[in-house]
Amino acid sequence: MIPEIEVRNLNFYYSKVIHILKNINMTIYKNQVAALIGPSGCGKTTLLRCFNRMHDLYAGNKYDGEIIFQGQNILSKDTDLIELRSKIGMVFQKPTPFPMSIFENIAYGLKLRGIKNRGELKSRVEKALKDAALWDEVKDKLNTNAFGLSGGQQQRLCIARALAVEPEIILFDEPTSALDPISTGKIEELIISLKGIVTIIIVTHNMQQAARISDWTGFMMLGELIEYDRTNKIFTVPSNKLTEDYITGRFG
Amino acid sequence: MIPKRRKVISSLALFVCFLTALWGIFWLSFIIIDVSRHGITGINSSLFLNDPAPPGEEGGGLRNAFVGHLHITVFATLIGVPVGVLGGTFLAEYGRKYNISKVISTLSDIIVSVPAIIIGAFIYAIIVKPLGHFSGWAGAIALGIIMIPTILRTTENMLSLIPWTLREAAFALGAPYYKVIIQVVYRGAATGILAGIILAIARVTGEAASLLFTAFSNNYFSLDMSQPIASLTVNIFQYAMGPYEEWHAKTLGATLMITVFIFFATIAGRLLIKRRYKI
Repeated sequence: MIPEIEVRNLNFYYSKVIHILKNINMTIYKNQVAALIGPSGCGKTTLLRCFNRMHDLYAGNKYDGEIIFQGQNILSKDTDLIELRSKIGMVFQKPTPFPMSIFENIAYGLKLRGIKNRGELKSRVEKALKDAALWDEVKDKLNTNAFGLSGGQQQRLCIARALAVEPEIILFDEPTSALDPISTGKIEELIISLKGIVTIIIVTHNMQQAARISDWTGFMMLGELIEYDRTNKIFTVPSNKLTEDYITGRFG
Repeated sequence: MIPKRRKVISSLALFVCFLTALWGIFWLSFIIIDVSRHGITGINSSLFLNDPAPPGEEGGGLRNAFVGHLHITVFATLIGVPVGVLGGTFLAEYGRKYNISKVISTLSDIIVSVPAIIIGAFIYAIIVKPLGHFSGWAGAIALGIIMIPTILRTTENMLSLIPWTLREAAFALGAPYYKVIIQVVYRGAATGILAGIILAIARVTGEAASLLFTAFSNNYFSLDMSQPIASLTVNIFQYAMGPYEEWHAKTLGATLMITVFIFFATIAGRLLIKRRYKI
């Protein structure tokens, strides 16, 4: 197992003073799925958004500590955010198709990287859609507006869009919480099939989902990472009492 | 079970809303039908092809005013649209974090309601007076200034309606902010921004007071924007005040043409938006 990301003593503050993440330490392994679970407001999404520095879009946020990715601390001031985000993609809670055609949605990230050749764009869009198990459903309507797709299809479109630029890591922020059970099942299958191709970090409020799809699980509470271990260990013999109480449904 | 009283109040409210809508539509159609009925009698080929005849003489038209009006409106749009759209973009995007943005928004709202004649007087004071004469440019600048706050505010509002998650999604793909705005946010907001531009153009197309102080009028055909230039609205004003029956007919013809223009401009805008979205 090769470590992909090392989080060391990470602290995060909103509005410069509100302490959200407290001394997080964890290792994310390459081409595996790591899930973050915990009660609402525990900071799991906040932690996820540290990995692609999404917090930089808003004023007053402060990071402290280190996140080591490819030998660099991505929290340092010299990090090229555009390059970072091209290596670490993200899929959001609600599907976020751009107001353009299905083809253009997938090609957008590729065009950002300067790929203009029509043939190459076509083949990479097709590959991304196939990887996201969406190709058969949309191959005849690539030039129609992406808003015409169903919610589940839109979410797979967003996954395809993230995959198209061949990132090292994809961050999922509760990707199925706005979807019906069948679409959820498809997204889960997709995430399992992507194992071995990309590293996945997924935030979920659904413990069963974490148990089904992840290799590693982190349990968070009140901004602290209480326990982080192999998923089967967390769900069978957790070493922390709080983790056990949470996964057995005693709170949260 | 919903009490009967509530149902009665609900249907009553619905009925009142329906009546007021009907009342509004009645007057709007009345105006449009009246303008069409009278205006149609003033429309003939010489209205468009001939310049005004000397008072009292038969014939003549308003060619100079049509062309002058078009000139002023086009240049006003060239001034108003870039400033309005880019300014609105600043307020909604880059300037979100500054307090000054809120001040600018509020000021724009105030300017929208300022009578156009005040803008005309303002341009008179800073351009017409120092230069010593009326000019087409002064008229275009006055109309451009009237357009700015409308376009600025609609652009700002339409951009704010685009959910932040959409911007975040574009950022997450590694797009720099200007590309996020141009390629994603503008595409989502295009409908609203275009509607704002059309509204602004429609508003200044019917503007007379501010042109009276700036472009003034010209009885002859002229394309020289540095000189006084004729416009339909000022001509309507002058002719409607005049004593000749023939002038009144031309006034009504010109009024109809402006109404028709605004009507078709709006429809064309909407169709354009629809086509854009199919691609």
